[in-house]
Amino acid sequence: MSDDLKSGSNLEKVLKAGHFAFTGECGPPKGANVDHLKEKIAPLKGVVDAVNVTDNQTAVVRMSSWAASTVMVQEGVEPNFQMVCRDRNRLAMMSDILGISAMGIRNMLCLSGDHQRFGNHPQAKNVFDIDSMQLIALAKQMRDQGTFLNDEEIDVPPRLFIGAAANPFAEPHEFRVYRLSKKIAAGADFIQTQCIYNMDRFRDFIKQAVDMGLHEKCSILAGVTPMKSVGMAKYMAKMVPGMDVPDDLVQRLQGAGKGKVAEEGIRFALEQIQEFQEMEGVAGVHLMAIEWEHRVPEIAERAGMLPRPAL
Amino acid sequence: MIIADRKPLNEILEMIQDCDHILLIGCKGCVTVCNVGGAKEVGILASALKIARKKEGRPLEVDERTIERQCDPEYIEQVKDVVESYDAVVSMACGVGPQFLSTAYPNQRFFPAVNTTSFGGAVQHGVWEERCAGCGQCVIHYFGGMCPIARCSKSLLNGPCGGSAGGKCEISKDVDCIWDLIVRKKMEQGRLDDLMDVKPPKSWDTARDGGPRRSVREELVQ
Repeated sequence: MSDDLKSGSNLEKVLKAGHFAFTGECGPPKGANVDHLKEKIAPLKGVVDAVNVTDNQTAVVRMSSWAASTVMVQEGVEPNFQMVCRDRNRLAMMSDILGISAMGIRNMLCLSGDHQRFGNHPQAKNVFDIDSMQLIALAKQMRDQGTFLNDEEIDVPPRLFIGAAANPFAEPHEFRVYRLSKKIAAGADFIQTQCIYNMDRFRDFIKQAVDMGLHEKCSILAGVTPMKSVGMAKYMAKMVPGMDVPDDLVQRLQGAGKGKVAEEGIRFALEQIQEFQEMEGVAGVHLMAIEWEHRVPEIAERAGMLPRPAL
Repeated sequence: MIIADRKPLNEILEMIQDCDHILLIGCKGCVTVCNVGGAKEVGILASALKIARKKEGRPLEVDERTIERQCDPEYIEQVKDVVESYDAVVSMACGVGPQFLSTAYPNQRFFPAVNTTSFGGAVQHGVWEERCAGCGQCVIHYFGGMCPIARCSKSLLNGPCGGSAGGKCEISKDVDCIWDLIVRKKMEQGRLDDLMDVKPPKSWDTARDGGPRRSVREELVQ
């Protein structure tokens, strides 16, 4: 393992070698169903560079992201362990960071987390002891300084490739690129964006980032989620805060005709991936094929993402 | 000030179902200002309770009092002569009132008639909003005079989350995104740079997380 790597993760190596990265996503099961988890992981093997393992996403209780990440490691697929600030205080965060490192998990994505009001336990007390920016800085401190938040020394610090999210479509728009720069200043090694549908707005956002030189300090992966149906597009447009689904995309999906909407959704995603590969400042694509893991190999193949670099 | 909302009538009726004669005590402090527990609201609740119990065929006798403040032993003392002559006492003060009463008069039962919600103020006639979380270490000057601890649903200290849309919080269209307001104010003032530093984790040891708080003014302690 080369000494100039921060974590030695596959994702880090792929990006460092200058390859266009391709990451996937997998939501842990609503239960202890390891077989089901393995079924979802299997199609992703060798098809993506790392797989995000969501942490009680949309505030719905699922198998813990560290445990599902561990299963993934056992299955020979590299996880990108997600941690949200909603459910843990700083003690639990540091303890889980040490735990995942001990289990060989090398990528970690730091997130605020959806408010519990959206989830299946809206009566829960939230934590938000520290925010996602501070979580990035905490992970970096633990890795680079080898100390806990209180500056006490860690006996074998974690090795981590630290990720963060960016949503170019949330408001206030003017501040979004500055929030991105803050996350990079806090210590993010890579960024995965919210699902992109409004390409015009994303082009503006990435141009701002490039003008500020942010893409040279951090690898920015563009978020892609293929639309499976017109209903999904309409739901995302109306119901998901901070999501920007232009009307012309909805119309395009509607125009595809019965039984062909999913294919049209994939075609749009492929066009996006094509453009991202040529777009200055974009270092890869994060494909969030929600409950569609089995379609990822086909999408990867058609997008020209295969074979993945073996480093 | 402290803001509270009246409990539903049925909840209060259930608390006092075994009583025939109660004292309803209002407070002239915050709950009077937010129109939930002053003399006027004491009168309204007394009538509502009596009507409801009359319908049940079990009339309830309700005496009314409203004292200066229920968070001060000096005023709590004023009901000394009467308080134990009732089956129970219902307080319309914030959560502090029935606790001071319970401590002062250990033989009586005190029920809360309001739900205490927050520290805040009136934003329009009849509408009150939370402004302060009582964290014990005020930092609003970093954020254009707005508190993200109390007013951001996630208490974020480093900018708006990805759920901010149209100036509203992801939890509800009725809730302003305070970070949207902070960023806009800083932009208008030409002070956006103030928000560029990464704010370190907050110490919550002065907040409720550090245990119940106590404030002492040495010069006043005898």
